[in-house]
Amino acid sequence: MHWIFEPGLWANSSVRTALAVGAIVALVSSVVGVFTVLRGQTFAGHALTDVATAGGAGAVLAGVAPLLGFLGGGVLGAGVMEGVGVERVRGRDVATGVVLGAAFGLSALFLYLSTSTSATTGTTQLILFGSIFTVSPSTLPVVAVLSGAVLLIVASIARPLLLSSLSAELAAARAIRVRAVGFAFVAVLAVSVGLSSIIIGSILSTALLIGPPASALKIVNRLGGAFVLAAAAGVAAALSGVVLAYDSFYWFASHRGLPVSFFVVVIVVLEFVAASVAQRLRQRPGEPGRVEPPRPTVS
Amino acid sequence: MTNAWISGSVVATLSGALGFFVVLRGASFAAHAIPNGAFAGAAGANLVGVNPLFGLVTFALAAALGIGASSRHVRNDVATALSLVLMLALGAAFLTLSTQYEAGMTSLLFGEILGVSTSEIVPVVILGVLCLATVAMLFRPMLFSSVAPAMAEVRGVRVAVIETVFMVALALSTALTVPVVGALLTFALMVGPPAAARLVSTRPGRSFALSIALALVTVWVSIACSYTFNLPIGFFVGTGGAVLFLAARVWNARRTRRGVRNLLV
Repeated sequence: MHWIFEPGLWANSSVRTALAVGAIVALVSSVVGVFTVLRGQTFAGHALTDVATAGGAGAVLAGVAPLLGFLGGGVLGAGVMEGVGVERVRGRDVATGVVLGAAFGLSALFLYLSTSTSATTGTTQLILFGSIFTVSPSTLPVVAVLSGAVLLIVASIARPLLLSSLSAELAAARAIRVRAVGFAFVAVLAVSVGLSSIIIGSILSTALLIGPPASALKIVNRLGGAFVLAAAAGVAAALSGVVLAYDSFYWFASHRGLPVSFFVVVIVVLEFVAASVAQRLRQRPGEPGRVEPPRPTVS
Repeated sequence: MTNAWISGSVVATLSGALGFFVVLRGASFAAHAIPNGAFAGAAGANLVGVNPLFGLVTFALAAALGIGASSRHVRNDVATALSLVLMLALGAAFLTLSTQYEAGMTSLLFGEILGVSTSEIVPVVILGVLCLATVAMLFRPMLFSSVAPAMAEVRGVRVAVIETVFMVALALSTALTVPVVGALLTFALMVGPPAAARLVSTRPGRSFALSIALALVTVWVSIACSYTFNLPIGFFVGTGGAVLFLAARVWNARRTRRGVRNLLV
């Protein structure tokens, strides 16, 4: 065990906080991510992370907690994308791209200003690639409450959301307000992106959002199973990422630890590769492959 | 300063030309992912101590061809998203291990056009001209296979070959653009001006020329503003692209007389 858990791991309070925050956030991201992947909103989810980057950078510049900025930026971005009609298929690729480019422009400005006006270094790294070890224990209740709210909302709209994700026409015929449900989901997506930004950074939070759900959907067909499997994969990636990052401090003679986000992303990608291989092996020759949900075409 | 103008102009011409096809093919997500590969390459080259351009070209090519190959098996957007974050994470890890963490990261992600040296100009110009010549020679088949791939195939255009050539050109141009405007904003330059140009004119030739012109104007104005106000160039490139797109939408809406509703679609 000594090989995996370096001495002092459990005694360190910031590591304990990191493990708790990591597990909660990974759970929420994976659950929300299942719907993101089903709805084919990968690019929109990724664009939200980039808008959250601008929010986080702005928050550091204004001197408030980055979490507040991540959340504000994400929710604002979701509103703008909904307003501009990124949800609609026509031109959504390009509209998402333009929103994303503008967000990066603002991030560049905010990060430049906050690194040149104050002496604190590491702001860029904090915002873009996260630093879970600096999360203070007092943030933990906030994260827990927000996560609970997200899970509650997802649970209460799960059925209409699923139906309107698979067939908007059918859902509308069943008197489901497709647009309202869609907007509620984008808001939830924004909050979960904001939360995962504090673990692995804003531009990498796509990994936790997309990776575990995509892997789970390759292996199981049923929604319940996909939730459980995605959550397990996500939490495993986050926890082992924290532990490995702590250990990596001892790996190099220079005592330069690798970032948590690096390990989380690598584990998530490995899980996806393993899931793809498992899916390939289960398909016997001659048997038709799983039917993928239709991908929205871009006109 | 002259170096900044030369490399900025080359980069803008390339981005405008390739961006035209990126917007036409709906390949924005790939165009967003490849620069991140280039970022990892530059960070890796920094760590090992070889010429950054080498790392940029290698990783951008690997990312482009990887996305092209995997998109045939896996669902396209998930594979793109995961390769994107993997590349960014690798870049971050490389930079952590090297000594110049914060400065190196900021200039690679958000660009540092004023730091372009004279010895770096020559390969930029050569590779840029090579890319542009390729696009110019293959303009018609590339246009055809972007708009109607099935029909192009029937008419004897080798769509798969054209697609690979396009990805390689995209990778090369990305590798040249990343050191100038940064990994995160290469994409803004490749999507903003072409999207605006496409709204203004639907004729391919005119739209293509306009795309290059708008990209050039964006970069020139950004260099001037960046120098005058002493702010990062990425800010002006990113917001400039969005402003152009918005202006084109307003112009388009007024011309088609469909009123404000058209703005929202």
